[in-house]
Amino acid sequence: MSENAIFRAEGLSKTYPGVKANDNITFSVTEGCIHALLGENGAGKSTLVKTIYGLVRPDEGRMWLGGQAFAPADPHAARAAGVGLVFQHFSLFDAMSVAENIALGLDNPPPRRELAERIATISRDYGLPLNPNRLIADLSAGERQRVEIIRALLGHPRLLIMDEPTSVLTPQEAEILFATLRQLAGAGTSILYISHKLDEIRTHCDRATILRGGRVVDSCNPRDHTARELAAMMVGGEMRDIDRSGRRPGEVLLQVRDLSLAPLSIDGTSLKSLSLDLRAGEVLAIGGVAGNGQEELLSALSGEITSAPGTIALEGQDMSRLGPVARRRAGLLAAPEDRLGHAAVPGFSLVENALLTAAPRQDLAPGGMIRRAAARSFTERVIAEFDVRTPGPDTAASALSGGNLQKFVIGREVLQDPHVLVVNQPTWGVDAGAAAAIRQALLNLAAGGAGVIVISQDLEELLELGDRFCALNEGRLSDPRPTDGLSLDEIGLMLGGAHGMEAAHVAA
Amino acid sequence: MWRLEPRSDAPLIWQFATPVLAVLATMLTGAVLFGLMGYDPFGAIRTIFWDPLFGASAGYSRPQLLVKAGPLILIACGLAVGFRAGIWNIGAEGQFIIGGITGAAVGLAAYPAEGWWIFPAMIVAGAAGGWAWGMIPALLRNWFGASEILVSLMLVYVAEKIAAWMAFGPMRNPEGFGMPGSRNLTQYPSAANPELIAGTGIHWGTIAALIAVVAVWVLISRHLRGLQIRAAGEAPRAARFGGVKPSALVAFCLGLSGALAGLAGLFEAAGPAGQITDGFGVGYGFTAIIVAFLGRLHPVGIVLGGLLMALTYIGGDIAQMMMQLPSATVQVFQGMMLFYLLGFDLLTRYRIRRRPA
Amino acid sequence: MIDPVSVFLMLLSAATPLLFAALGELIVERSGVLNLGVEGMMITGALAGFAAADATGNPLIGFAVAAIAGCAISMIFGVLTQFLLANQVATGLALALFGLGLTALFGKPYEGVKAPSMALGPLRIHWIVWLGLAMVPLIWWFLQRSRAGLILRGIGENHHAAHALGHKVHLYRLAAIGFGGAMAGIGGAYISIATVLQWTEGMTAGAGWIALALVVFSGWRAFGVLAGAWLFGGVTVLQLRLQAAGIAVPVQLLAMAPYLATIIALVVISARRKGSAAPGSLGKIFHATS
Repeated sequence: MSENAIFRAEGLSKTYPGVKANDNITFSVTEGCIHALLGENGAGKSTLVKTIYGLVRPDEGRMWLGGQAFAPADPHAARAAGVGLVFQHFSLFDAMSVAENIALGLDNPPPRRELAERIATISRDYGLPLNPNRLIADLSAGERQRVEIIRALLGHPRLLIMDEPTSVLTPQEAEILFATLRQLAGAGTSILYISHKLDEIRTHCDRATILRGGRVVDSCNPRDHTARELAAMMVGGEMRDIDRSGRRPGEVLLQVRDLSLAPLSIDGTSLKSLSLDLRAGEVLAIGGVAGNGQEELLSALSGEITSAPGTIALEGQDMSRLGPVARRRAGLLAAPEDRLGHAAVPGFSLVENALLTAAPRQDLAPGGMIRRAAARSFTERVIAEFDVRTPGPDTAASALSGGNLQKFVIGREVLQDPHVLVVNQPTWGVDAGAAAAIRQALLNLAAGGAGVIVISQDLEELLELGDRFCALNEGRLSDPRPTDGLSLDEIGLMLGGAHGMEAAHVAA
Repeated sequence: MWRLEPRSDAPLIWQFATPVLAVLATMLTGAVLFGLMGYDPFGAIRTIFWDPLFGASAGYSRPQLLVKAGPLILIACGLAVGFRAGIWNIGAEGQFIIGGITGAAVGLAAYPAEGWWIFPAMIVAGAAGGWAWGMIPALLRNWFGASEILVSLMLVYVAEKIAAWMAFGPMRNPEGFGMPGSRNLTQYPSAANPELIAGTGIHWGTIAALIAVVAVWVLISRHLRGLQIRAAGEAPRAARFGGVKPSALVAFCLGLSGALAGLAGLFEAAGPAGQITDGFGVGYGFTAIIVAFLGRLHPVGIVLGGLLMALTYIGGDIAQMMMQLPSATVQVFQGMMLFYLLGFDLLTRYRIRRRPA
Repeated sequence: MIDPVSVFLMLLSAATPLLFAALGELIVERSGVLNLGVEGMMITGALAGFAAADATGNPLIGFAVAAIAGCAISMIFGVLTQFLLANQVATGLALALFGLGLTALFGKPYEGVKAPSMALGPLRIHWIVWLGLAMVPLIWWFLQRSRAGLILRGIGENHHAAHALGHKVHLYRLAAIGFGGAMAGIGGAYISIATVLQWTEGMTAGAGWIALALVVFSGWRAFGVLAGAWLFGGVTVLQLRLQAAGIAVPVQLLAMAPYLATIIALVVISARRKGSAAPGSLGKIFHATS
């Protein structure tokens, strides 16, 4: 197998202060093959990708590309040697045109007109329609990804790295993407496919290398294994089952009627006449592809943005015009997606971060004067009950790992005894253990009689937690459906299907 | 090769050490500069930093320390609150001038009546004038999104022109033989802000500065609003999530710093300056920005920073008299100190490590 | 009475220092850096240029030296913000204060000295005015058509993405800051060498701050800067004309006109655009995590 390996890594290691991000990583990618790199968040996938793309230099180890030693000093060198990368968090420039974005990712871009022609050719060949003159800010997530793919393809890569490409796509859109990748592989381009989604890896990838804690733990043909087996390799142990028992829907707690809202930013989405009912003891799952109004919905419910009178009511009381503090007092709490910078202030200690949202409900600052001892003991309770690994309550939020900070953020709201809790992406970028703990805490909260809204892009999470499911698509909310018996395919269609994308030239 | 690694906490030792390092580096650079200009480097540094406290004429210069530090500390306290929230009022000089004018206006209007209420009324008017001048950039930012940095700075020039107009026009002393400038308030007992304890330089402005230091300390480290202010400076979205209304915060910070600068202006006009003249603004509002940073935006640090800056002012005056050192030297020193401080600040925020080859 | 041609020439002349400084700052801000020290760089250029012109008797050498001096002092800001990762607002302020102090210190010997005279260019217009006008399309071309300009805009728009694609963020920014310093230096020298014809302390009188406002006003576009500079040149000329005509408004109040006009322009432009035209990474510190 190694004689037709297009890429080989041997003994790659990279240490950051306190973490061994990559530890003696060895694997090879065969020519014309879709090779999956599978691992949890924090397993070392992105460090490995950055190493191959010349953004990080390994402490030890060597790489070969096409039989030659390969040690890129920077991305220019990596591209010149034939590596293309489609970034997970798009490396695009919002206020610039598609053509300019593509030119920025090429080392010797042709003149404007010729570049436009080449973009057109590639678009046609791979069924990726794109207008080079449009601004990135006006494109959907799927279209933005196309820009990234075309940019990478224009460099004629021998190895194309796709970093978690389907996290912004509906299942139908992902199918179209895989058709494109299959076509590329058929033409001889090798693809290194980074993901933690087991099902798509099992159906579409030829080979899988599994990373855990910075090491390669296994290498296999993913089709020979069940999703559960792959998950066990990835997590290193049996998966924990979640206890969904003990919930009985009660009376309606939160009523949203005809909620409309302008977008938060130029690349945000407006909410269009949204309505929903949330009952006591219920978990309402709201799914959607990133950028379809999730941020706006959370901000409207948390009170960061006020809406027209009568649009949001908690236990019959109008909340629409109230700010976050008043809503917290009434029992409507929220935990936003972005942990550092939205849910928590990075440079603040955990005590200070607790004060930020828990002061009104826990009476931590009567009349504005902070009760330090009370704030501290509340923080300690969150740390203890949610198993937050931290040197102490005075540690800065930014010093915690993603999973621990997320446990703190969720715990801070859950322990305030909310009537309704709204969470956005509660387990995004969190290791499996922390994710399971957070999900269980949300279910327990509902079992205790509170209403919970979970907004997420992780469909499996939504099916696991939700009693009813709604899809958020382009700022519109679908009617809720019971999650029992709902298939991923049906959900995909609720999320807008392929958004009019065409599956051009499939298996041409 | 060296590599920077962000720290998640700012070590206390560096927080104290960096301002000291910055002062030492400024002295060193200053000495080199003086040497190049043909002055005695050691003598010049000693004249500026030592003689005002312990030199031959210390008896005269020591009280001056509080006279000059008072307004700096008062203004810097207000600025620090805004800077922490990421709200950049750089027009304190303008608010100082307007506060001086409105405060003096009350006194001049009451002239020659005597009464216990006159001075308090002037204080209120001075604070209100500075507050109003600070609210202009606040409202323009809240209503239209105009940059408070540029608006507040532009208003300094406008305020200077108003002061000039007042000195030549409406406020000109009718008994001043046509000279520009208002009546001298220090010769009008009900409106004067005299030295309270002879030989100390303490006047009502010093007392106000002390009160401001304590109040700002309580606000920043003991009050929920202070927590919100710091949150807004570091992570605006998190602050909003925590219940901070950005527009209210802008109005609060600019209003507070404006009012404190206005107070400083009034105490200056009724005390050390004595009158409104064409050049009433002498740069306290700008130097206070340096004081705020030098004090790490902390009230106690601001006291030390204010005293140090006052020292350089007085030392600069002495050096000008004794060594014919140009008066602008002090300005250069102050700018240099801020540069060094901002540079050394790196040590509090990052760890420097050697990159493995 | 009022000859429109001579009024226009006055306007061109009044606009030139602002045009240079604002075009320089435009490049700086397009790279994602906010340098508030324009006033300090201008006054440095004003003194250095004046001194060099006085020493050599050649005003053009004066302008060259002003550009070098402006660039040199901008490097303090460049090193502090790009390598020592200092806060841009505070550092820019420090630069403004430092420049004013430094020039007051070294400018004493030049007070009262008269600037050497300079031959005018075509149409009785100063060569430097022509240069300023030529810079407008040049900068437009650089930003919109050249490879380096594209990368510069990309860095200003999203420094993380630009870094991920392998572009040298700090290097481009440092170059932009240096260019901004040189342009501000020339703008300042135009005031001392070509309009006031002598050196006085603090003679830039806020022009650097107005230039900063002009960049906002322009919507970060080169031709917008030109329009703004002419508008302010017009206000200045009008104000001087009114003073000369001796209308019944105190001189000090008339002298506020440019500053008030700046505030009004800022308000009008900000209200229309809500700041969305600003480069995405403007004023943010970039530190690569690897």
